[in-house]
Amino acid sequence: MLVELGHYALMLALLLSAAQAFFGLAGPALGRERWLAAVPSAAAGQFVFLALAAGVLVHAFVQDDFSVRYVAENSNSALPLFYRVTALWGAHEGSLLLWTLVLAGWTMAVVARLRFLPPPFGARVLGVLGLISFGFLLFTLCTSDPFGRLSPPVPDGNDLNPVLQDPAFAVHPPVLYMGYVGFAVSFAFACAAMIEGRRDQLWARWMRPWTVMAWAFLACGIALGSWWAYYELGWGGFWFWDPVENASFMPWLVGTALIHSIAVTDKRGLFKSWTLLLAVAAFSLSLLGTFLVRSGVLVSVHSFAADPRRGVFILVFLIVMIGGALTLYAWRAPRMVSAAGFELISRESFLLFNNLLLVIAAAVVFGGTMAPLIADTLHLGTLSVGPPYFNPSFMVPVLPLLALLSLGIHARWRRGALGESRRALLATLGMALVLALALIFGLYTHPLPLTPIGATLGFWIIFSSLLDPLNRLRRRVRIPATIAGMSIAHIGLGVFVIGVTFVYSNTIERDVALKPGQSVQLSDYVFRYDGVQNIEGPNYDGVRGTVNVTRDGRQVAVLHPEKHRYWVQGSVQTTAAIAASVQRDLLAALGDDVGAGAYSLRLQYRPLIRFIWLGALIMAIGGVTAVWGRRQRAGAVTAASPALALTPQPDGRH
Amino acid sequence: MNRFLLPLAAFALLLLVLIAGLRHASDKGIIVSPLLGKPAPQFSLPDLLDGNTPLQTKALRGHWSLLNVWGTWCVECRAEHQTLLTIKQQGRVLIFGIDWKDDDTQARAFLNELGNPYQRVGADREGRVAIDWGVYGAPESFLINPDGTVVYKHVGGLTPQIWQREFLSRLP
Repeated sequence: MLVELGHYALMLALLLSAAQAFFGLAGPALGRERWLAAVPSAAAGQFVFLALAAGVLVHAFVQDDFSVRYVAENSNSALPLFYRVTALWGAHEGSLLLWTLVLAGWTMAVVARLRFLPPPFGARVLGVLGLISFGFLLFTLCTSDPFGRLSPPVPDGNDLNPVLQDPAFAVHPPVLYMGYVGFAVSFAFACAAMIEGRRDQLWARWMRPWTVMAWAFLACGIALGSWWAYYELGWGGFWFWDPVENASFMPWLVGTALIHSIAVTDKRGLFKSWTLLLAVAAFSLSLLGTFLVRSGVLVSVHSFAADPRRGVFILVFLIVMIGGALTLYAWRAPRMVSAAGFELISRESFLLFNNLLLVIAAAVVFGGTMAPLIADTLHLGTLSVGPPYFNPSFMVPVLPLLALLSLGIHARWRRGALGESRRALLATLGMALVLALALIFGLYTHPLPLTPIGATLGFWIIFSSLLDPLNRLRRRVRIPATIAGMSIAHIGLGVFVIGVTFVYSNTIERDVALKPGQSVQLSDYVFRYDGVQNIEGPNYDGVRGTVNVTRDGRQVAVLHPEKHRYWVQGSVQTTAAIAASVQRDLLAALGDDVGAGAYSLRLQYRPLIRFIWLGALIMAIGGVTAVWGRRQRAGAVTAASPALALTPQPDGRH
Repeated sequence: MNRFLLPLAAFALLLLVLIAGLRHASDKGIIVSPLLGKPAPQFSLPDLLDGNTPLQTKALRGHWSLLNVWGTWCVECRAEHQTLLTIKQQGRVLIFGIDWKDDDTQARAFLNELGNPYQRVGADREGRVAIDWGVYGAPESFLINPDGTVVYKHVGGLTPQIWQREFLSRLP
């Protein structure tokens, strides 16, 4: 009964999203002021009913209601309670429900800040969000209903995919969706600005914090996914250029370009049409990722159950949303361009380079992701594109991007001069070189050709990002939140670059077969294998190995890699054991029993790998810092200028 | 051309690729295997039924074979089992099984209960061999000619119709 109520709530949410879209878009267009008032209420109602639907499904999971197909397919009575809750987004249907719930959450956040927007503009933003929500809810109800019943009910469920029974994975999808879906807000702002054909640049100021927030969430979500793959898949890598990973990385790259170009539009009124296009592109890539992952068009390790019917639906949705937005762009953007100029070495041109390089980087990823599909379509045979393409091609735009960063953040707006910061910049470059060389030759030998470049750029970014805040501290001037956020995010990037550089240059990996008591040496560390013992968990049994690691005769770590066999699905899942520290990770994963008491083992030594996720986290913190600080200020400014509320229609449309 | 129309044009081009890709994907659920026309991957698996001689690639030579990837945990495999038994009776091919990520005892009980269509069954307990064969999800069936070349791959359960249409037409 309760399950049917959940289903019913989902349908009500669909109707409310339709109302939100209709009143939000038609109200301002027809000048019906009373229609505007209905929009926030519709959004709120939609959020409540979606939360109710999700709650009902979680309840069905917790109560082991195996008469619900989705629960029977993704849960089991032996599954621990925590995973029974997170199983909600363990497969296609439930994760779509989560997607719409997150969208409703973002919509509520916009509603909460609605008083800072002119009412017609705010209504249009909500209208576009309602349209997106309507599409996804219709998709859920028509092709992927999570509330379908099984008749007769099965006695026990099929269990959650063992790969997903992990704490990092449990939080990965919600955070990732916060990022993906957050770009829907930027998209809605861009569409609203284009519908109104606004000639000012205020829309960029309104859109900016939402975009930065979404970007920060997406960075966290991607980092969580990478961290999960690192220890759960047992391969020790942190990025595999898998289509699903790329699907989340492309919006992030374009989103990064967007938060930079939005700054130019906000501050100087330039790049307006470019910013609009990036806002449309960031969300379009999120949608495209959804299509690729869920239609079975591309095959990936994370693929959801493929269903071509779903593919057709998403494709139609893509045509309506992206096609509509791009048509709007072709129609309205020409009259929204700005005429102001800037000199070659100014902040504007550095940001232009930044944007070009980031978009090229996204295009490189896009090309590699789509190439197998294109080859397949043109009957050129089956093509597989992997790290040998992605790693070198991605470096081409990214190395100049990193090299120009330190100069760019010290360039002035409009005027072409680095001014007094030139000497300080040279000093930071020198310091970076010295530190990079010290790290390469002092701690980690055998560098590759790119090692000194990567290390120098990483340190240079960190030092030059500190220049401005340190300068302000010395002069005892307040550091504005945007500057603080930007510096923090750039420092995060530097940390990330250093991490990637040393992980790629100095990782040692060995696959060995060892009998108990035998040992093998990697770098300074001696790994001794001490045998395996049998273990049993709540829904699996397996073996647990013991590997003793010593350095100069002193014990550093005892690693317990495990291998689980899940009873219900019969699948085997290895969990690597990792001894983590800031300067290196030691990793052991169990392979097969090769007979005669010996086990095959994969042992790894990875320097500075923590820097990769730490860097991503610092970047996200930078984003949040900028938004939080600005929020305080923007609130005060906008509240004091109610004149904004009466923005007239542009003169081009009578 | 108006430069503001360019993004729309690029999107239209992308749509063409996506539509073509989608039509491809919906082609009877076939996922094109890079193995087609190539020699069957080398493997050696412990025999599920007689523990002594391992099942190896060379067992697939000298006759037409149907290599079927299955598991007791897979509902679709149970559904296609009757078809496999019928195919065995026809005697056009020898059927070999790869028992994928499964429990040996349960697998033997499964064959005792429903009948054994397989000439021999290899136990791929860790799923390593299935990776070499590019297995996407059980059940999957490969048709292999007497030279040991992979001729056809079917993803999903077999039915008499599919056997008739896709497999028998490829047999001499």
